[in-house]
Amino acid sequence: MKPFTKVTGIVAPMDRANVDTDMIIPKQFLKSIKRTGFGKNLFDELRYLDVGQPDQECTGRPLNQDFPLNQARFQGAEILLTRKNFGCGSSREHAPWALDDYGFRCVIAPSFADIFYNNCFKNGLLPLVLSEAVVEQLFQQMYQTDGYQLTVDLQNQQVITPAGEVFDFEVDEFRRHCLLNGLDDIGLTLEQADAIKAYEAKRRENAPWLFDAVKN
Amino acid sequence: MAAKTLYDKLWDAHLVQQRDDGSALIYIDRHIVHEVTSPQAFEGLRLAGRKPWRVDSVLATPDHNVPTTVTERASGISGIEDPVSLIQVQTLDDNCDEFGIVEYKINDRRQGIVHVIGPESGACLPGMTIVCGDSHTATNGALGALAHGIGTSEVEHVLATQTLVAKKMNNMLIRVDGELVEGVTPKDVVLAIIAKIGTAGGTGYAVEFGGDVFRAMSMEGRMTVCNMAIEAGARAGMVAVDDITIDYVKGRAYAPTGEVWERAVEAWRDLKSDDGAQFDEVVVLNGADIMPQVSWGTSPEMVVGVHDNVPDPAQEPDAVKRDGMLRALEYMGLNAGQPIADIKLDRVFIGSCTNSRIEDIRAAAEVVKGRKKADSVKQAMVVPGSGLVKAQAEAEGLDKIFVAAGFEWREPGCSMCLAMNADKLGAGEHCASTSNRNFEGRQGYGGRTHLVSPAMAAAAGVAGHFVDVREFVRT
Ligand code: SF4
Repeated sequence: MKPFTKVTGIVAPMDRANVDTDMIIPKQFLKSIKRTGFGKNLFDELRYLDVGQPDQECTGRPLNQDFPLNQARFQGAEILLTRKNFGCGSSREHAPWALDDYGFRCVIAPSFADIFYNNCFKNGLLPLVLSEAVVEQLFQQMYQTDGYQLTVDLQNQQVITPAGEVFDFEVDEFRRHCLLNGLDDIGLTLEQADAIKAYEAKRRENAPWLFDAVKN
Repeated sequence: MAAKTLYDKLWDAHLVQQRDDGSALIYIDRHIVHEVTSPQAFEGLRLAGRKPWRVDSVLATPDHNVPTTVTERASGISGIEDPVSLIQVQTLDDNCDEFGIVEYKINDRRQGIVHVIGPESGACLPGMTIVCGDSHTATNGALGALAHGIGTSEVEHVLATQTLVAKKMNNMLIRVDGELVEGVTPKDVVLAIIAKIGTAGGTGYAVEFGGDVFRAMSMEGRMTVCNMAIEAGARAGMVAVDDITIDYVKGRAYAPTGEVWERAVEAWRDLKSDDGAQFDEVVVLNGADIMPQVSWGTSPEMVVGVHDNVPDPAQEPDAVKRDGMLRALEYMGLNAGQPIADIKLDRVFIGSCTNSRIEDIRAAAEVVKGRKKADSVKQAMVVPGSGLVKAQAEAEGLDKIFVAAGFEWREPGCSMCLAMNADKLGAGEHCASTSNRNFEGRQGYGGRTHLVSPAMAAAAGVAGHFVDVREFVRT
């Protein structure tokens, strides 16, 4: 998992509450054998005017020009600004996979659905909670400024606006540690690599047949 | 030192680290991989830039959705007609090539169902921890190993770290005393066990199967029983090591040899529960009471003897169970009180990781020999569990017996066990099946599955309805 320390990036809006996982990535795209490649179908129903099919080339599809991610000023966005209860609905891990694959590193909202919130941390995406008032303030600034950027500093738990305003945010200490160091469940286990190696060495001596290679 | 169960010994020998929250890191010796539950795990490794921790501990093969007709198989991967299946099998090949994992590819003669090729090749050995992204991995517990299924994220975890985060389960002993009646098979034993303890009876337990019946049972029979531990709710089932185990393992492709073999055997001799070991739960059955079994409903616990009648929900005091029985009867198109022998079959399926080994094929062939499939049975197919089983059966001329009787002789794979490939039941069709699950729609939308032993399935295919194979063979 890639570590998240400090990101300065363009902010794109998803200006509605209760964005569910089916809106983030519609169910017809779940048959894939991959966990990458979902980015082109992120918010598929809002982004395109036709109905998307799995494995379809998306470059020629008719775009909904009113949708922010289709507008020039939001290209390359890394931070998604949205309203409360983002990520509700099914537990599909495809939702954070799609956001990550599109290029988002952080989603800022007044609140998140539980499972989605957990799934984000497993995939290197920071779900960041700010008060409704602050989120509203950021929406206003973003709409007024072309190329509006924010800095998200996980180390110091701060969001910094272009004007230098600073908003503190909370995040579980253990999760912060994992994100800062790029540790997913596997990463955490690999922190115990020495213990695993020590076990292996001892075992190899006592029961060498367990280590015979599977050969072709 | 306190007396330990077999499971305690296996657990302790693989404990890398005990954590404060009760979970533990346990070391995994063998990892078997198939095409359905692995693609996202490999993708995860790639994205994180990780490599398998011990690549030569992994063995892969496609099984769930490989076609089993000779014509489709003749052209290898490109013969797979279903596009999703094709992509999955191709992806497994690509991933194994990329990461350097040994794979028995679609037309390799060693290819087969994951739980058949593990023990057959000697890749799975006594005393190992064995995992696979499939719930019937407990099959390998027959070797005196700790084996269970895992999810896709755990597949990735084991690939990357050679360990699993796990919590220790409770110990259950299921003892079958005495002797089996002639003609009663391991499949009947496990169905009778599930009928007794229920599909949740083993939940949270690691189950050891013991008693005289298991001591006398062949390795393949023990595999059939351990295979269905999950149908009784238990993730892991196992049988203690004895001479039968050691004779089975000796000479297999990946079995140790020479001086290491001697050392291994010495260690394996201890793979049994100590005298006086404490089990949290003990269940006892009497071998002589077990009759050939037939499932009548949509759960593996809905099982009766072949001479019994379909049970009457009105006699069931528990309201929830009664409802379940009523729904099952409706789905199965059966009436309460109807004799099991009156159930007419449309299809017969002999195969799956439960019953597709050479002894199973032999048992079915013995019944079919010199007889013909009933005209009313549309299709009877025999799907060997691996290419090696198939070759062995053909060397014994068993394929010819089936074909002469009007049974189809197929290429190895999971086939109609889960209907991921083209082999499926039609709606409303009754099938005598040697597989392990009779859930609604498992073998095809609206299909009606009756779980039985290979000999019982073969006899039903000849008679056109269920018969007691013991009486049948005599006629
Ligand atoms: S034969 Fe059936 S139960 Fe066994 S692994 Fe294949 S699909 Fe699963």
